[in-house]
Order: sequence, then structure tokens, then C-alpha cells
Amino acid sequence: MTTVATDTRSIVVERDMPHPPEKIWRALTQSALIEEWLMKNDFQPVVGHKFNFRAQPVMGWNGVTDCEVLELVPHQRLVYTWNASGEQAPDGLKTIVTWILTPHNGGTHVRMEQSGFRPQDEGGYRGMGGGWPRILGRLEDVAAKF
Amino acid sequence: MRSLRPKFSIDTRITGWLLIRSIASQLCVQMPYSHDILFKTLADPTRRAIFERLCREGEQTVGALTARAGISQPAVSKHLGVLKQAGLVRDRHEGRLTHYSAQLGALAPLIDWTSQMAGFWQRKFDDLEDLLKRMDQ
Repeated sequence: MTTVATDTRSIVVERDMPHPPEKIWRALTQSALIEEWLMKNDFQPVVGHKFNFRAQPVMGWNGVTDCEVLELVPHQRLVYTWNASGEQAPDGLKTIVTWILTPHNGGTHVRMEQSGFRPQDEGGYRGMGGGWPRILGRLEDVAAKF
Repeated sequence: MRSLRPKFSIDTRITGWLLIRSIASQLCVQMPYSHDILFKTLADPTRRAIFERLCREGEQTVGALTARAGISQPAVSKHLGVLKQAGLVRDRHEGRLTHYSAQLGALAPLIDWTSQMAGFWQRKFDDLEDLLKRMDQ
């Protein structure tokens, strides 16, 4: 049987967007803009800054994500931790989210990698809604990144 | 770095809506095997090909599977044993023959995990693009 080098997996989502890196960078690093597409937060673009994402609690998740800014290269690279919070912290998610922006065809190639999922983390998020065909279609892409 | 790079060809072409519905209806089933075993089991291309054949063509004997597998019968039997351990196939004895069938419900944790994680970020990417369009105005 194939042996696995490590016990953790990553999720990678990549997309080309017809917008300049500077503009996408604003959406990734200005608290009010982040809230519009991701979650309520108290993000500040400062390495070492600790912040939270807050969402509606759902069964099995208190809705809070503990984060700390690890790296910040304007218009290029943003890294923060993405960890379970409060009582769920000891056994919960301990992951790292890395955003990489690369100029591409007049727009930007946006790459998000969330790494550090352990085998017990699979149930970390709830709420499907994506539709099975699309998700199965992406299974190969996602699986190739394990 | 990961040494494991499975290429799942379990997609809509092969499985179709029947499989998807079957998996979806079983998402609530408590699986007795860990996700890791499932991922490792399906990482082997030969083993995955055997599983896909059972998904597409239904129940088969070791002999029938061997005839088109391109490997020896003991090797096929060994792969079937691993698939059975992972809950991906079930065996049924009939006289001297053993029939194997795919257990699609065993895929549920994999589909569940992938859809939740990728689905979350795919939706967030959609929301990000919506915001970027509004920022133009």
C-alpha cells in the first residue's frame, strides 16, 4: 500500500481574475472589504497581528476562527493562521492560509492554499450548497494536491 | 512534501447522477473506517481501476476481474482485500465463487470532506469576484 509522507492535506483553489493585483490585495487586506466576501473580522495588515473571523455558529463549530498574520508582501503574498477558537481550539483546526497573487494576462492569477488538515479535521466546515456535479468535477483537482 | 498524488477519475462521466445520488443519500451514514484508510486505498491506480470497474459494471468474481486487469489473480485478490478493509467492496460467497461488489456509501467521507472544504473556498472566491466587480463602479 502506498505510504503517506505526512499526515496533513491541503486545499488549493486557484482562479484567474480580470483585475490588477493591487485591487485584489485591497480586497484581501482591508477589514471592511474582507467582510464583504469572507467574514466579519478585525484584520490588520501587520505581521504578528492576531485577529478573528466570525461567522454564524453552526452545529459543531462555534463560528470563530483564530488567526495571526504570518507574512505580508504587498500585492503578492499574504499568509495567516486559520485555527479553531475557544473550547474547540485544542482539538480543532490548526491550518495556514496562503494567498499568492501573480500578474497574468493583464489580470491576476489568485491562488489560495489552506494547509495543515489532519485526518480528524475533515468535518471542519458545514454548509454545502455548491452542487454535486461541480464538486465532483473538482475532485480530481483537489485530490491531486494531497 | 506529499509523495501521494492520487488522480481520481471518479467523475460524472463514469459515475453519473445515480452514483452521486447514492452517495448523497448515504452522507449521514456513520463510517467505521478512518478517512486516511479511504484516501490511501484509492491512491493506488490498479486498486482504483478495480473499484471503478465494480462501480460501472456491478458485481463480479475475482476471475472476471483478473481477465481484464492485466495482473495475476493473487494480486487482484490482494487489492480486493485492501478495498474490503476500507469498506469499499463487499464479498458474497456462492459455492466456490466469491462475488465482489462496490460499496458506494464508503466514498461518502471523501466526497463530504472535499465538498465542504473546496466548496467553502469556491464560494468565497465567487463572493470575492462579486466584490471586485462592485469595486469597479
